[in-house]
Amino acid sequence: MKELRLMKGNEAIAEAAIRAGADGYFGYPITPQSEVLEYFMAEKPEERTGMVILQAESEVAAINMIYGGAGCGKKVMTSSSSPGISLKQEGITYIAGAELPCLILNVVRGGPGLGTIQPAQSDYFQSVKGGGHGDYKLIVLAPASVQEMYDFVELGFELAFKYRNPAMILSDGAIGQMMEKVEIGEQKKRLTDKEVKEKYPWATTGKDDNRERNIITSLDLDSVKQEQFNQKLQAKYQEMEEKEVRFEEIQTEDAEYLFVAYGTSSRICEKSVQLARKKGIKVGLLRPITLFPFPKKRLMELAGQVKGMISVEMSAGQMVEDVKLAVEHTVPVIHFGRMGGIIPSPDEVVEALEQKFL
Amino acid sequence: MAENTVNNDIIKEENLVYQKTKLMTDNVLHYCPGCGHGTAHRLVMEVVEEMDIQTETIGVAPVGCSVLAYNYMDVDMQEAAHGRAPALATGIKRLFPDKFVFTYQGDGDLAAIGTAETIHACNRGENITIIFVNNGIYGMTGGQMAPTTLPGMKSSTSPYGRDTKLMGNPLKITELVAQLPGTYFVTRQAVHTPAAARKAKKALRKAFENQKLKKGLSFVEIVSNCNSGWKMTPNDANQWMVDNMFPFYPLGDIKVPEE
Repeated sequence: MKELRLMKGNEAIAEAAIRAGADGYFGYPITPQSEVLEYFMAEKPEERTGMVILQAESEVAAINMIYGGAGCGKKVMTSSSSPGISLKQEGITYIAGAELPCLILNVVRGGPGLGTIQPAQSDYFQSVKGGGHGDYKLIVLAPASVQEMYDFVELGFELAFKYRNPAMILSDGAIGQMMEKVEIGEQKKRLTDKEVKEKYPWATTGKDDNRERNIITSLDLDSVKQEQFNQKLQAKYQEMEEKEVRFEEIQTEDAEYLFVAYGTSSRICEKSVQLARKKGIKVGLLRPITLFPFPKKRLMELAGQVKGMISVEMSAGQMVEDVKLAVEHTVPVIHFGRMGGIIPSPDEVVEALEQKFL
Repeated sequence: MAENTVNNDIIKEENLVYQKTKLMTDNVLHYCPGCGHGTAHRLVMEVVEEMDIQTETIGVAPVGCSVLAYNYMDVDMQEAAHGRAPALATGIKRLFPDKFVFTYQGDGDLAAIGTAETIHACNRGENITIIFVNNGIYGMTGGQMAPTTLPGMKSSTSPYGRDTKLMGNPLKITELVAQLPGTYFVTRQAVHTPAAARKAKKALRKAFENQKLKKGLSFVEIVSNCNSGWKMTPNDANQWMVDNMFPFYPLGDIKVPEE
């Protein structure tokens, strides 16, 4: 019998982490994601699974606690919202540079600066384009429902450990705050310290006689070696682009126009597809589930089929740049979006389509 | 003329009076001749060897002169971003509560950019050891003013001496963390003479023993020199340290647990 619960997106994240057998969560309160830490604290995961929860003194400290835990081969995560993610970027680039697996949740709010606590998608750049210094990528998963918030925790950990790379769940204030039905998975066992040592021979689990000391670092002062290391990272990102692209298509079979949207915007666009089709406009939706790696190939294929694409985002237009790069000017691509915490209405999106293309 | 000949006859087990700890690697130290880091590293590793906890020890290196500490200390180590070592150590210790976890940090790392991480790790009473090497200057980046640079002391960013009206006062962070309920043992040591090094080692041993007893945070400051940054010979630097640093940063225990 499947266990169903009515949960907030933020609560689903926390429950999923406990059930996935995560070892630790380190976070700092910020709206609209404080329920993650609150849920953890109320659930006492120390008693349920032995999972460690700690409220850090800042986002900076929290991400560095993640670095320490991830360096030990432990399954660790943190969460925050946009201004807090900006603070975490230092730690994230070090984690990427040290090739450590971890999971980071961003429940995006509008910016810049303190901005607003309302939902936005204006952190696409700082999530998908690195965010911190240096040439690195995160695996970026974009949930569009509370169920996906839950499911992407385990998926995120799986991909993070597979590639020894930080993974991010890029959500927004709407999905974090809204309540939906969630199918809860089974409780997975946490790895024992012995299992961690065996499974992750690179981790700082304590040097023993069988191996050299393990060093977790992102430093190499030798330029030749540093370039070689960067090439290794790029090869890893290339492999992700080949193997890990995930997306969903809605009514693209006969589409003459295409919405490209993720997360909350994709839910709006699903309705917009229905409204437009009632008007006789054949439009479909491509919803990237992984924002990195981005579904470039599929977009290029669809560029040969449709007359135009609209990247619908709750931002000034960020993902639209990747859509344009993907289709290489073979089809007109425009952006439509609202900013500052405003979610576009399905009608607005259809109007934008009609104004530009019809 | 018998030059550079070695009398191998004296190399016998019974004549052995000193041996480098096995937990210091044979890598050539990058530290300037005369610097105190080498001695401080050795003392930490001697304590780990004597306690027989190499397999249970995880160290955290800082950003600064000792950024490459992991090249010399033969234990598992993590390299932190500037100032974040106590946060890494918190993550490590929380997830491996039975391991011995230490950070090794300089003054810029611990008392400027990492002040928040230092104070909060201390205040939470993380069961770790913080080793704080204070030489009053940024050595690695070329001798800039540090949070612990003395009033009037010259550096490349206080070339006419630290003017406390303009540049603020040196931070006695060791006295500050001693006020926090989470610190169990706080001490200030030096390593410029054999006697001082012996005392410092005792303090380090106590700090690691405290972890075993799960007593909370032990904080060991080592006041040291920077002859390159201070632009002095090693001997002059040590003398300058005794004459100027020690009066401002007096050696000795600052917070000792009640037995």
